[in-house]
Amino acid sequence: MTLIQEVSSFTPQTTASAITGILWLIPALPIVASGCIALMKQSRRQAAATLSISSLCVSLLLSIAAFSHVLSGWLAGNAVRESLNFTWIRFGSSAVDLGWVLDPLSAVMLVMVSLVGLLIFIYSTGYMAHDENFTRFFCFLSLFAGAMLGVVISNSILLLFMCWELVGLTSYLLIGFWYHKPSAAAAAKKAFLTTRVGDIFFLLGIVWLFAQTGTLLFYNHGAGSLEPLSLASLLTQHAALGLSAAGAIGLLIFAGAAGKSGQLPLHVWLPDAMEGPTPVSALIHAATMVAAGVYLIARVYPLMQAGALTGGVTTSLTVVTWVGASTAVFAALIAVAQNDIKRILAYSTVSQLGYMMAGLGMGGVAVGIFHLITHAFFKALLFMGAGSVIHGCHEEQDIRHMGGLKSYMPLTFATYGIGMLALCGVPIFFSGFWSKDAILESAHGWSISHAPYYMLVFGAVLTAFYMTRQVSYVFFGQWRGHGHAHESPRVMTTPLAILAFFAVTLGAIGTPAWPWFRAFLDNRASEVDLHAFAEPAWLMLLLTSCIIVIVGIGLGWALYGNKSPDPDAPDTLQAAIPHVWVVLQNKFYVDELYGVTVIAFYAWWARVADWFDRRVWGGAVAAVTWLFGLFAQFNRFFDADIVDGTFDKGCEEISTSGGLLASIQSGAVQNYLRILALAVVALVLILFWSSRP
Amino acid sequence: MTPLGGYLLVAALMFAIGLAGALVRRNAIMVLIGIELMLNSANLNFIAFWRYGPHPEALTGMMFAIFSIAVAAAEAAVGLGLVIAIYRHTHTTELDKINRMKG
Repeated sequence: MTLIQEVSSFTPQTTASAITGILWLIPALPIVASGCIALMKQSRRQAAATLSISSLCVSLLLSIAAFSHVLSGWLAGNAVRESLNFTWIRFGSSAVDLGWVLDPLSAVMLVMVSLVGLLIFIYSTGYMAHDENFTRFFCFLSLFAGAMLGVVISNSILLLFMCWELVGLTSYLLIGFWYHKPSAAAAAKKAFLTTRVGDIFFLLGIVWLFAQTGTLLFYNHGAGSLEPLSLASLLTQHAALGLSAAGAIGLLIFAGAAGKSGQLPLHVWLPDAMEGPTPVSALIHAATMVAAGVYLIARVYPLMQAGALTGGVTTSLTVVTWVGASTAVFAALIAVAQNDIKRILAYSTVSQLGYMMAGLGMGGVAVGIFHLITHAFFKALLFMGAGSVIHGCHEEQDIRHMGGLKSYMPLTFATYGIGMLALCGVPIFFSGFWSKDAILESAHGWSISHAPYYMLVFGAVLTAFYMTRQVSYVFFGQWRGHGHAHESPRVMTTPLAILAFFAVTLGAIGTPAWPWFRAFLDNRASEVDLHAFAEPAWLMLLLTSCIIVIVGIGLGWALYGNKSPDPDAPDTLQAAIPHVWVVLQNKFYVDELYGVTVIAFYAWWARVADWFDRRVWGGAVAAVTWLFGLFAQFNRFFDADIVDGTFDKGCEEISTSGGLLASIQSGAVQNYLRILALAVVALVLILFWSSRP
Repeated sequence: MTPLGGYLLVAALMFAIGLAGALVRRNAIMVLIGIELMLNSANLNFIAFWRYGPHPEALTGMMFAIFSIAVAAAEAAVGLGLVIAIYRHTHTTELDKINRMKG
């Protein structure tokens, strides 16, 4: 089977269909619902939940309508890629265009996001039933759903970025939902700041792309930035280090995607994000938002792939592959040594996102997105199952204090087990197998190196191992917690059952025998070819998968299965390899590394800036202040003492001399005469004196 | 013929005597007499300067003196009138007692 994606032959669409015209309603409805809920009183819990669930319900129906429109178009043989663009702001000769697009990629994502979102909304009404800020929770959740759907449909990279940031905002708000917990507030801040690092690069990429192509639209009847004309011009531009502009922009956009999708080295925020309520972890930090980065790469795939010589390999895709494969192994290793039920799943999410990225890098859009879709369902299932476990164990999250839950919570156990087997990639029956299989298949055929293949295989073994460890701790052995565990209400278990159904059946859309998902995304015709199952390459892969699963689960069961380890005793693996365990449990000390490098640098820089501000600028300001004070003092002295003093003195003198002269006028006539005589004498003397030669 | 300085000296003496009288006498009549003396010393100067001036043949100095005497006479009459009026008012001609000539 060829792994090189053929250039899709989408026929340019001249007229948009009715469903494309109202596509904007899909994200708009939840956002409007969120706005309405924000205005509600805190006590209107019922109304808030009803409003957000019904709005998302309508969005789901519209998404299904859009999907079926695309599907019917594909079945009829003409590819659907309809976009509706409009000018938002016009300045000078350039314009900021926004728009939305309906193509197989966005249609598939729309259905996935709104379906998983809807199930999690319903589940939340049970999980958050006793929270006093229930209304606020649904406000944020609706806003998130709207923003995420906005990311999915946008045809303008600017609109995508706006929704992307909105998604980041709601992620921040929801991680810090229990803001009275300092750890939650810190985790929210960490998530926001870490993703911001990636977003800076993303924004740079957007600006560069706009500067080079002059358009923000992806598809615009031949004039969009992802269409051959723009790509050709991007390839002729040369950036640094032998990269074309397309490659450099692709790398910048990938940096943004890495931040959002928790790829190395920006993965640190995702495990901490588990401080948020569990439905949030399921919806945002497992199923949808973290997948936005993968979706972004898929959306700009023509850009990433531009200039591929042979085998569909470009620099940016190579980077994507290596980062993805490293993340997959790295996070899986950490997950082995964690004890928090949600943290294990969080590292598993990081690891699976690495698989998706590697799938995108090596196999193309369909491979990555297929894993994204199946993962969204089974990881949401696992998180909601974990939420159900936490709920049933009275907010206990440490797996060492659980155990034996399979008899207390049978429904949760059954569904969690399905999710776990799907994540492990148990062959044939579970969707995770088919999607992971496709990734391994493309990794096996990658022309550059075989290392990613072995990394991913090793990661898969680890995945099976840590999931077995977790499940044995939680569901097998004896109950080691406090109080009495109980099964969760129906409103929580029903979505679990629905998700479990999808976790099993979704694999059917992407089997090698009938790869219609890939064909649908790539816009090729698909046919059922049962002989694909008999291909030796595929059989080899099936065998590998079987070995992976048997080794992983077998090892896990051998070490942890059905035992009831004392919560305070060291872990079985810890006793065996204590040094490695310490490193893994401390997450390879990445947080500590950032603590002594990046954060220490920033703290130092902040101190320098503070010192500079206080001493230099503060000193300068103080000096100017002092100078003006001095000047004012002088002015005061001049005004009060010199000007006023002179005037006062003059007045005083005039009054004194007036008094003196008044005393001459005594009324004695002869005195007047005497003065007159003296004056005459003086006059004579002066005349006599001055007339002297 | 007596030189000009002699006349001027006499006139100056007369003026000084008149001034002294006007300044030190308490009686208003005596002060008036002092003033007459000073006026007449001035008249003597007029005559002397006329006689020793460049045009003694013209009668200008004489005419000035006669005018001055006439004016002095009128002035003396007014002065005496005033003295009598004051006396009627205050029953004294002592100038020390009359000190209301202010403001």
